[in-house]
Amino acid sequence: MAFARNQWYVAAYGSEVGRDLLARTVLGEPLVLYRTGAGKAVALADRCVHRRFPLSESRLDGDTIVCGYHGFTYDPTGACVFVPGQQRIPRTARVVSFPVVEQDSFIWVWIGDLDRADPATIPRAPWLADPRYAVVRGMAPLNARYGLLVDNLLDLSHETYLHGGYIGTPEVANTPITTEVDEDRGIVYVSRHMDDAECPPFYARSTGIQGRITRWQDIEYHPPCLYLLHSRIAPQGVHPPAEGEDSEAFHAEIVYAITPSTEHTTYDFWAVARDFAIDDESVSEYLHHSNHTVVMQDVTALNILEQVIATEPDRYQELSINIDTGGLAARRLLARMVESGTVGATR
Amino acid sequence: MRSRAGTAPGDRVYRIHWVPGTDTLRGICHCGAERLAEDPIELWEWLLAHPQGHQGLTVPVPGPPRRLAMRE
Repeated sequence: MAFARNQWYVAAYGSEVGRDLLARTVLGEPLVLYRTGAGKAVALADRCVHRRFPLSESRLDGDTIVCGYHGFTYDPTGACVFVPGQQRIPRTARVVSFPVVEQDSFIWVWIGDLDRADPATIPRAPWLADPRYAVVRGMAPLNARYGLLVDNLLDLSHETYLHGGYIGTPEVANTPITTEVDEDRGIVYVSRHMDDAECPPFYARSTGIQGRITRWQDIEYHPPCLYLLHSRIAPQGVHPPAEGEDSEAFHAEIVYAITPSTEHTTYDFWAVARDFAIDDESVSEYLHHSNHTVVMQDVTALNILEQVIATEPDRYQELSINIDTGGLAARRLLARMVESGTVGATR
Repeated sequence: MRSRAGTAPGDRVYRIHWVPGTDTLRGICHCGAERLAEDPIELWEWLLAHPQGHQGLTVPVPGPPRRLAMRE
């Protein structure tokens, strides 16, 4: 499976990157992440140029990494500033320093052509760093190709069957969707508006709503990495006012960052930001536990699916139906990005 | 639809509506051409072929709802 290299990917949460060395592999590139004394996040290639020892298994000395094998020392630009036993530092003694942007609580990295890294193209998830929202989050390593997680998230009808008792109810699978592709911006939208639905435990317990609900799911997928699910929950029949705040409803902004690690493994970053009960720690604990459970249900299913796909002949003929309209659109945009390296390229 | 993360919509937006109460999909191209289909792959292929086969194509509202699931 090829990757769309000239794109931004989430390598970590900002909270994971500090004065300890963190190893992550993105698009097959081993990275070591850390934060300088001034607080700037750094991502270097995680292999010493000398004998390939992982720098993540080494130690920080100020803002430099001292290789734990022979002492080659690298600054945050990746330049080698010390080699053992000699004055001359070979010209090629350098590791790649990957462009890094810290935004919306994520550490974004660019693995592609350095001269094409434009931070302005990173899609936003502002709720994750907004004090008006309470956020629970996590990351689950997936032993499956990233495309399987994209398929999973673009077709939420699976909630009814895989996540029953948590977020799935019969109405999810039974409600028709609307799909849009913004060809110029490279965004896929999938909307499912349920006017009269059962309230799943995930929302009944967190919002306190008793009885049936009006439930809207508006997906916004910014391939390859960022997936947003705008979830609106309200007592049945309560719709947003024509003007003003939608204060009768509960809003959850569910964010995933889908980062290919290798061809057959993926980082599944997940977060739930809510605009209700933001100071209620028991709601945070419940939503964290519930969403973690839901994510792990997906992880278990997709890990099984990866094993099935890995052992079957190429070009197995799938069957696609109406629920797959959004997933098919996402696959096409991803394929185009792999091919061209850009979103919105003129066809 | 408009991105809630602040992205303004582009000029080329393709839409597929699943017609409520039916198994039918309605594809709408940014040029205004429309087509009904029951296979999303076929409908995407038609939309993305724009402008080929899109001239002056609009379709009527589909007939009465059919059963939700149907064997053919």
